[in-house]
Amino acid sequence: MSAVGLARLQFGVTTIYHFLFVPVTIGLAFLMAILETRYWRRPTPAQRQTIEFFGRLFLINFAVGVVTGILQEFQFGMNWANYSRFVGDVFGAPLAVEALAAFFLESTFLGIWIFGWDQVPPKIHNLSIWLVAIGTSLSAFWILTANSFMQEPVGYHLVHGRAEMASFGALLSNPQLWVEFPHTELAALATGAFVMMGVSAVFLSRGRYVEWFLPPFKLALGVALVASVLVVIIGHDQAQHLIQAQPMKMAASEALWQTTGLHAAWSIVAFFNPVTHHTWWALSIPDFLTILAYNRLSGRVLGIDTLERLYVHRYGPGYYVPPVLATFWSFRVMILIGFLMAGLAALGVWHLYRGRLLERRRYLRLMVWATGLPSLGNIMGWVMTEVGRQPWIVFGLEKTAQAASPFVSATDIWATLLGFGLLYGVIALIDLRLWIRIIRQGPELPAEPPSPDASYVLTPPGPAQSFEP
Amino acid sequence: MSLPVLWYVLIAVLFTGYLVLEGFDYGVGILLPWVGHSDTERRAVLATIGPVWDANEVWLITAGGAMFAAFPLWYASLFSAFYGGLALLLVSLIVRGVALEFRSQDRHPTWRRRWDYLIAGSSAVPPLVWGLAMGNVLHGIPLNAQGNFTGSLATILNPYALVGAAAALSLLTLHGALYLTLKAPIPVSDRAYRAAFRVGPVATVFYFAFVLMSYFDAHFIHRLGVDPGPIPILAGLGMVTVRLLLPRRNHPWAFWMGLLTIILSTASVFLALYPDLMISSLNPAWSLTVPNAAANPYSLKVMTIVAITVLPLVLAYQAWTYWIFRRRISLNETFHY
Repeated sequence: MSAVGLARLQFGVTTIYHFLFVPVTIGLAFLMAILETRYWRRPTPAQRQTIEFFGRLFLINFAVGVVTGILQEFQFGMNWANYSRFVGDVFGAPLAVEALAAFFLESTFLGIWIFGWDQVPPKIHNLSIWLVAIGTSLSAFWILTANSFMQEPVGYHLVHGRAEMASFGALLSNPQLWVEFPHTELAALATGAFVMMGVSAVFLSRGRYVEWFLPPFKLALGVALVASVLVVIIGHDQAQHLIQAQPMKMAASEALWQTTGLHAAWSIVAFFNPVTHHTWWALSIPDFLTILAYNRLSGRVLGIDTLERLYVHRYGPGYYVPPVLATFWSFRVMILIGFLMAGLAALGVWHLYRGRLLERRRYLRLMVWATGLPSLGNIMGWVMTEVGRQPWIVFGLEKTAQAASPFVSATDIWATLLGFGLLYGVIALIDLRLWIRIIRQGPELPAEPPSPDASYVLTPPGPAQSFEP
Repeated sequence: MSLPVLWYVLIAVLFTGYLVLEGFDYGVGILLPWVGHSDTERRAVLATIGPVWDANEVWLITAGGAMFAAFPLWYASLFSAFYGGLALLLVSLIVRGVALEFRSQDRHPTWRRRWDYLIAGSSAVPPLVWGLAMGNVLHGIPLNAQGNFTGSLATILNPYALVGAAAALSLLTLHGALYLTLKAPIPVSDRAYRAAFRVGPVATVFYFAFVLMSYFDAHFIHRLGVDPGPIPILAGLGMVTVRLLLPRRNHPWAFWMGLLTIILSTASVFLALYPDLMISSLNPAWSLTVPNAAANPYSLKVMTIVAITVLPLVLAYQAWTYWIFRRRISLNETFHY
């Protein structure tokens, strides 16, 4: 594999891994902030234990998200030096603002939240978790501002072969950002909600700790329903925007080789050969693609072959078609998961409305298994977004093949790829083991020996063990 | 002051903040297995940095982001040139963060001990890497006309840079020991005090060896002259003062003088480097400088507005956390870490 291919693989692997943890952090932070606000209004010991229980899971998750995020920031310089030189003026600014405005906020106030249960007044403690939640979402906003520029470059001038920022306002009002950010943010809320539901359902499905876990389950259920439905709706807007901004990505995610007639059919599934641009068989709904694309009954959607000719004319000779297999299927899996999430949440609300939620053991057990469902959807969404933009790294401006670090060898990247891969694998195993252990242990902790100076109430398990030989 | 110069100063401030704040975290981490004998003691050691280490690390992330935004060419050249070192740094930061968070979630004593040594090891790597980078950046590395590094690992591991690495490691360990004398409970702080005596002389020797070598290897004579000016001299004096204050058991002043030494030394490095950012040892004309590597004026203006709005706020709430958690840790409390 070439150095560029390896650098892409490394970026893909580390980003997907990082993004397993980030949405859970964003979603859980908000849900925990709401739980704590309720707790301070009417404090009960069970609710405090619930918050601390989710707090333990949250922290483990947060830690992995943070440390894998550091790699993301430096990887641009390490593997993508030419990219950094080309767009640094534009792309660097949101990253710097992210660190300044979001990372400081979340890490500082998380410190206060964990260690400050009895050292700061309840109001400040509650404010801390809200600020953590706001910080995580701000961070998403700024990094998506940067990513939106890669999808739809705005507010720049090309000077001496480098993109220079011309308007910060244009970066912030990038139309791509305003479909991408709400979609991602709501998906993150849904992800956190499904995690909270899944963990609560472990207990509820066995009839244990009902007083502890019914309130968070109900809260998360409501959030999951609203967020999943909105994710689907905004996802639809985003796809319509794609037809304007990156028609090739849209065509690839529909495996649409030829430009359609005025009444385009939508393929639910299709089997095709991406090399010969030939579709063997497709299960389609007539007219539906036109409706999806334009919200009306008549309209053409441009096909891959037409766009290829157009792009060759506009950007010079080259092959401008992204990997269609990955784009097509990731898009479909994402959509399926989006509807599944909304459906599962709606079913839960129905059970709750009928007052039978706790009797529906099978549903609760299903929700345990659904914990990771949104994460899979998130990954598919990013695969579609990033793979579908190829061969461009910045759409229309710079190709991925020209963006790598010229003097970093394939051997170097192999070494770091294997190193980080191995490390990430081990961390995933330990992370999972700790989650399972904490869930097994339940929200009630063994009583600590009374101490005159007990200030860290968010206690880790077990009596202190001596390390003296 | 022109905007590129302002951003050079800001990045210097961010790096200095990182080294000073995360510096004692690293020192505390390195000393963890040696100053804490029982599990409770080790948890007390970790509790001294618990509420703050994560935010301290953000200083580095912000410095990196600011470099990317204000000097994209510097960011690209620096991080692709020190590829191996940076990868090592990132691995250690990942291991360290995870180890700190996971350590006490593990009930098994053997595992906890393993985590402790991982914390110590991963805390030692970043000072070494930054020391190496400092030596190489001051000396200059083979950069071609496009700002790409054309040397090898052997270029990076030169004696001057290795002395820099040793100086950074020992200085930050000393910094951590001094911090523990103020924050840790009694038996631990006494051990930290003794550790400061052991690591102090090593730090002093490597520190001044690096300063001396800088005159010859990094051509400080040409850059700064024989008299380097007040800031580097005060840095050296600070280093000496720590040694004088320690035997008097004046812990707070010893800590503050150590802190001052690190601030002034980092400032000296950035002063000595200016106006260069990355010195090309192949051809001085290929060096990256503050004017030729800066982002366009508009980007810098936007960033400046954001920075002057947000940075005071950040400084205020970070200072406030240090105030909230200012007291000495006691062995009788229940620990989060």
